[in-house]
Amino acid sequence: MKTELQATSYKLQGAKMSASSPRRAVLRAASVGGAAPGLFNWLQGLRSLRFLAVSMAVLLSACASFPTTEEQVAASEPQAPELDIQSWRTEGGAKVLFVESDALPMLDIRLVMDAGSARDGDLPGQAVMTSALLGEGANGLSVDDIARGFEDRGAQFSSSSYRDMGIISLRTLSDSEYREPVLELFGQVIGSPSFPQDALDRIRTQMMQGLRMEQQVPGPQVSKAFMATVFEGHPYGTASDGTLESLPTIQRQQLDAFYKRYYAAGNAVIAMVGAISRDEAEQIAEQISRALPAGEAAPDLPRAEPLVERQRNHIQFPSTQTHILLGNQATWRGNPDHVALYVGNMILGGGGFASILTDEVRQKRGYVYGIGSGFSAMAAGGPFQVQFKTGNNNADQALSLTLQLIDRFVTEGPDEEQLEEARTNILGGFALGTADNSDIIGQLGAIGFYDLPLDYLQWFSRQVSAVTADEIRDAFQRAVDPDSLAIVSIGPEAPQIVPVEADADDSDEEAGQ
Amino acid sequence: MKQLIMALVVGLWSLTAAAELPTHAFTLDNGLKVLVREDHRAPVVTVMVWFKAGSIDEAPFETGLAHVLEHMMFKGTDKLGPGDYSKLVARYGGSDNAFTSYDYTAYFQQYEVSRLPLALELEAERLANLKIDDEEFFRELQVVMEERRMRTDDNPNALAWEKFQAVARPGTGYAHPIIGWRSLLSQLQPEQARSWYRRFYVPGNATLVIAGDVTREQVEPLVQRFFADLPAGSTPPRPRQTVNPPAGERHLSLSMPVKVPALYMLYNVPSLVTAENKRDFYALTMLAGVLDGGMSARIETELVRQQKLVAGAGAGYSGIQRGDGTFTLSATPSPGVTLEEVEAALRKQVERLQTSLPDAAEMARVRAGVLASQVYDKDSVMGQAMELGMLSTLGLETDLSETFADELAKVTAEDVQRVAKTWLVAERLAVAHVQPQRGEEQ
Repeated sequence: MKTELQATSYKLQGAKMSASSPRRAVLRAASVGGAAPGLFNWLQGLRSLRFLAVSMAVLLSACASFPTTEEQVAASEPQAPELDIQSWRTEGGAKVLFVESDALPMLDIRLVMDAGSARDGDLPGQAVMTSALLGEGANGLSVDDIARGFEDRGAQFSSSSYRDMGIISLRTLSDSEYREPVLELFGQVIGSPSFPQDALDRIRTQMMQGLRMEQQVPGPQVSKAFMATVFEGHPYGTASDGTLESLPTIQRQQLDAFYKRYYAAGNAVIAMVGAISRDEAEQIAEQISRALPAGEAAPDLPRAEPLVERQRNHIQFPSTQTHILLGNQATWRGNPDHVALYVGNMILGGGGFASILTDEVRQKRGYVYGIGSGFSAMAAGGPFQVQFKTGNNNADQALSLTLQLIDRFVTEGPDEEQLEEARTNILGGFALGTADNSDIIGQLGAIGFYDLPLDYLQWFSRQVSAVTADEIRDAFQRAVDPDSLAIVSIGPEAPQIVPVEADADDSDEEAGQ
Repeated sequence: MKQLIMALVVGLWSLTAAAELPTHAFTLDNGLKVLVREDHRAPVVTVMVWFKAGSIDEAPFETGLAHVLEHMMFKGTDKLGPGDYSKLVARYGGSDNAFTSYDYTAYFQQYEVSRLPLALELEAERLANLKIDDEEFFRELQVVMEERRMRTDDNPNALAWEKFQAVARPGTGYAHPIIGWRSLLSQLQPEQARSWYRRFYVPGNATLVIAGDVTREQVEPLVQRFFADLPAGSTPPRPRQTVNPPAGERHLSLSMPVKVPALYMLYNVPSLVTAENKRDFYALTMLAGVLDGGMSARIETELVRQQKLVAGAGAGYSGIQRGDGTFTLSATPSPGVTLEEVEAALRKQVERLQTSLPDAAEMARVRAGVLASQVYDKDSVMGQAMELGMLSTLGLETDLSETFADELAKVTAEDVQRVAKTWLVAERLAVAHVQPQRGEEQ
């Protein structure tokens, strides 16, 4: 059934900062100003709603008898089902993670390769373009053959590329009548891509049009500038989508070489969720692994280093809002402070409406529609980042207030009440993170790619239960130096730091009526 | 090949039948409609409340009001202070949000299932006892103005689309943006929001949807406890909004601060709600699939890959609406290709649908996609709640997704040609050319 969601919501929908969108989506969505037509796409639209900031609580105002159900709910222990993850390696060295789920007659497969733009070297855009060309021709099959082959059987194939990861996704019906021919085709598409010259030229043109369209709006420009500023000289600082200078120079042999090196079986994680047996899963994993080029895992990237002093980078742009990003290199996958930073960030600015930044900057002052903070841990680094957009005349105030709130949180850490709210939030909502196959495949991909233990989710929740306010404060002090946060902005004028009063007048609110 | 696809499609039916899940419907004495979808795969629940009130119900001078009221629903009640709602949801591990569309406004909470009683109590409280404080209202209006700047004012394509809609859907509430025209939005007053709330936020105008690891036996007493005592209230009539008789061919030429030109085309067509012949809805759905149902459909194959006229293009039928639907084509030309050339190519695609029949293989492919989606869509509890709430709010059958494939299968190639000839005609068409301002193009 086709419907589409054209709506305006109460809360900002979270954006993934390290993502590089598939070309089709970029050009289509942009061409209709956010109300993209397209068949059967409404559910995908809804999915994005799921990535709304998961909120969390600060102190509730006194409402003694309301809600009457609160006591009952507080007393019930939330269920947190454990995923039964099975894992093994294929002969070719690919790591497999599998969860059997027969509730629906479908199968999700996700290949996660260490093949993101961090591997671009001197050729920005190479990883994204390699990914985009999968499905454009393989083993004597034309792009039309491939598209029909999947779509005739109701299968959905896609590829995407991020800073660390190249991801290939397949969703098919699990019944063997559909699954087998789809997997046969999938093997050819991922295992023998032909990188046709005409497809390369077409996609290059599309990507370049995409880059030009990004210059029409402030958001993408400032995000790129932020990564380039914070990760200057590091592979994470490269523009994943390439540049108008780099894209024209990319040759098909380079894509082919990139593919052979980074889409190798030994560099791949194969995640599967769906209505197949362990035996079938093993066969499928072997089939996929054999199709991929032989080769080993990519070497580790150099660890990113934080900026030691404040950098300011402002882009002049005639927008009605000033977009401001604050941040620095702060973490990485495997950081022992990971959980403390995660919980602390929920309190500071990652927890939506209950977090300090939303409460102070939006709720109490109305400066912004959305403000949030986050740590994005990747293999070799990961920024702490605070971002917001505000009307130009509020930019100085909003920037100064936000800096002050960050500074105070880093200095003082959370109080016990804030910590308890964050804990009940994270632990209470655990079941939502593995509720459907789409959630589970995402968890499996991350666990496999970052070499996390199979019981990572349980481990994580135990750590959340145990973390203390002091540990959070200390972890923030190790990770975030408020004085060296880069300030990257876009708008008519560079925002200035001015004196502000960080304590919002709560009395004023009470007086409201 | 054709037979192979047919066989595959027939096989798909048995699979989708297996994926059906129990749905229960009941109505309280005060008129509140309740829908319960049982899905016991995971211990989670989604609670939604849908109101038959969207931006198309706004008078011309109060555009943006439906959405501002949506924001105010989080700002406090008799028993909850501003922001307490979301803080309570968060404290118990939930997530919540709301959205306003042309036809409806909806609110949702998602939780681990033991939180269900809290979810219902919170929804009932703000349905009964919302408090709109003047000062809170004006502060939130500032937030909404920022939202508008972010979504529209600083995005020339979004601004162009907004201007295009005003021309493309004349005489209806769909002609103004959901978020409201900037100047009118800034002048909204708290009393207007209170009036909106009194008019539309009553049980008889709402549908409560509960989806997830629940049974009817479990939820019904809770629903009764929190919602049964609310007074029924009454709602003003909502007239049907159609573009009929046809508005005539319309052309809009826009010079915007864009780097890449864009083309929009929109035909005013019936929706499932307004269609006299419901088969037209299914035939238009099939037609949209033939044009743009995937990477193998005509637009991607011919315009993007073979002729390389466009860097990106799309076609879509929005037929699940309370008023008339739309059939939209949009495109970003390849460098060096003019908007006139792209428009001619898209018109030629439409003409071809009017003069020759689609292949059986193309139609079978669309059906395969629809049938498979019926299985895939069940993966999301939130998606299921969305579907039930939207259909109920539009007055459509809530099992539409189960009958949809059967109805689509009845569509013949001749039906597709007939709706192309009947509805995709010049007097129902609006076209916009969005060109870079002088000196902007690269």
